Amino acid sequence: MEPISMITGKAVVLPVENIDTDQIIPARFLKVTDKSGLAAGLFEAWRYRADGTLNPDFPLNRPEAAGATILISGRNFGCGSSREHAPWALQDYGFRAVIAPSFADIFRSNALKIGLLPVTVEQTVYDELVAHYAVDPQMHLTIDLAAQTVTLPDGRQISFPIDAFSKYCLLHGVDQLGFLLNQEALIAEYEATHPQPVVTTAYSRGKTEEQGNDSMSA
Amino acid sequence: MSKPRTLFDKVWDAHVVRPETPETPAVLYIDLHLIHEVTSPQAFTELRQRGLRVRRPDKTLATMDHSTPTTPRNHLGIIPVVDPMAISQLEQLRKNCAEFGIPLFELGDENQGIVHVIGPEQGLTQPGMMIVCGDSHTSTHGAFGALAFGIGTSEVGHVLATQCLLQRKPKTCAVRIDGRLGPGVTAKDIILALIAKYGVGGGTGYVFEYMGEAIRSLSMEERMTICNMSIEGGARAGMVAPDDTTFEYIAGRPFAPKGADFDAAVARWRTLPSDEGAVFDHELTLSASDLKPMITYGTNPGMGIPIDAPVPRPEDMPDARSRAALDKALAYMGLEPGKPLLGHPVDVVFIGSCTNSRLSDLRQAAQFFRGRKVAPGVRVMVVPGSQQVKRAAEAEGLDRIFKEAGAEWREAGCSACLGMNDDKVPPGKYAISTSNRNFEGRQGPGARTMLASPLTAAAAAVTGVVTDPRTLLN
Ligand code: SF4
Repeated sequence: MEPISMITGKAVVLPVENIDTDQIIPARFLKVTDKSGLAAGLFEAWRYRADGTLNPDFPLNRPEAAGATILISGRNFGCGSSREHAPWALQDYGFRAVIAPSFADIFRSNALKIGLLPVTVEQTVYDELVAHYAVDPQMHLTIDLAAQTVTLPDGRQISFPIDAFSKYCLLHGVDQLGFLLNQEALIAEYEATHPQPVVTTAYSRGKTEEQGNDSMSA
Repeated sequence: MSKPRTLFDKVWDAHVVRPETPETPAVLYIDLHLIHEVTSPQAFTELRQRGLRVRRPDKTLATMDHSTPTTPRNHLGIIPVVDPMAISQLEQLRKNCAEFGIPLFELGDENQGIVHVIGPEQGLTQPGMMIVCGDSHTSTHGAFGALAFGIGTSEVGHVLATQCLLQRKPKTCAVRIDGRLGPGVTAKDIILALIAKYGVGGGTGYVFEYMGEAIRSLSMEERMTICNMSIEGGARAGMVAPDDTTFEYIAGRPFAPKGADFDAAVARWRTLPSDEGAVFDHELTLSASDLKPMITYGTNPGMGIPIDAPVPRPEDMPDARSRAALDKALAYMGLEPGKPLLGHPVDVVFIGSCTNSRLSDLRQAAQFFRGRKVAPGVRVMVVPGSQQVKRAAEAEGLDRIFKEAGAEWREAGCSACLGMNDDKVPPGKYAISTSNRNFEGRQGPGARTMLASPLTAAAAAVTGVVTDPRTLLN
């Protein structure tokens, strides 16, 4: 994963609350077995009209939104399903950060894993950004991950929270699986000292009777 | 004496491989990892790229449910898949499971079904376990006093490779539901009312523990319906303390402990409920006695009302933001503010999904189909949650009741819950659905979804309009 430190770019505002992952990318785009090309499905029902033509009124489709890398949205962004396709699609479209008053838990966790930065701001800051964007659709913002700040158009810096571990991983381009793989000794110790409640491989039609409880055999 | 702990604390503590610090999240051990075709392929790719194996295939189980068709079997007893992308996704899962030694309930298998239906049904879901799946409705399994939540595909890869997950400890929220449900009011109505009261973001950051008289009197299947929709209230997980109802449900299931092992397990499970005096970070309450059947009018599960109430009016909303949200939702739904939903025509009825596709749900729905006909022009899909549910329902003749009434009796799967297989609601059409999400386009582009209980859905199926199920009760 590429390290992230500063994100400076054009913002686009999608002033809707509770944007769910079915809006971000509808399920019919999830039949892929890789991560590429998901931008095609991003906000598909909003970006296109029923006849398949581009909806010119949708904020992402306005000419001034071209090249935007920061998405600003209403609270509880990314609620709904656990599909990582949602942050993949946003990233594939070109977004590097999402700013919102709050995020759904799984979306935030997924976004942090792939380097799409979720930035939580106060509702009042969000309202200010929406108002500013209304008069300046070319609004640019700078997000400094190391300092955990967003520089607003008027030059004010406001700080945002981020989990220390996720921040470390993003700044250094470290992926979290590497950290887990390094815990091998502890994991093995846990396995040796804890009984396992179920053994799924004991499944073969009608044979699950033979499965013992607490068996440690792999 | 040690500090009183909640059910959540006990399950969490028992799975800590490496404790949380300010710098690093906790490393938690996963007892059961369920996978399906949609959220797993990229994780296996990652594994292959890094030359990693699946650490514990014996704690992993796969099923096919999301992109599978639910069309009745052909004359060869085969469920034909025609969508080439679905075929490749299902093929991929089959290949991944074969290569890494993971048991798979594939399409056509006698145990195949929706991932959150099969876990409990097989006795894989047990109290005190830590269960994850690349699917947000993993919260369903919390009904057994397990800690169960949805994860993303990167995390699916983490669990495949290490059987562990990195997590910050969430906060706890006691959800007290007192009183008793009246006739015609169901577990689904409890959870829809709870989310309507506290909103779709109300539980963000928390794990719910449902408690109170109403919860204790519910069956396991009803508890699953409630825990299933915890995520719709923003909570990643919902739990119910295990009790005799739980143990009776588990006893005798294929993966349940047997004989003396079962007794020992029950003795352990009895220590799980929250201790007297355990402190929760937050509390929500609801009275079950006051509830009416619920239905949603909008585009998130929190936009729900009692079935006889009028659709809210934007001018009655407390602030500009909720006015705008309501305007947008009503425009999508094509509904008039201030008017009741009762009597509104319905085009499609979907009875299924991991929320309400178990035997008791089908039994409830069947009582309104018995001796009645599906209203003209209404398409009714009844989709059992698993092949086992399907067989059990057929054994008691429920399939005949549905079919004689004019409803479709289909194969097991997610079906019309998410618009990713052939089962969809046409654009602009109104569906009453027993599933868990009414998001824009969830059941197909332009589909207008009203969430309700199996009883309310069945009542609409036979009347053709939104109907208070209590008026059809004998
Ligand atoms: S039934 Fe619906 S909510 Fe449940 S797992 Fe399938 S798609 Fe998800």
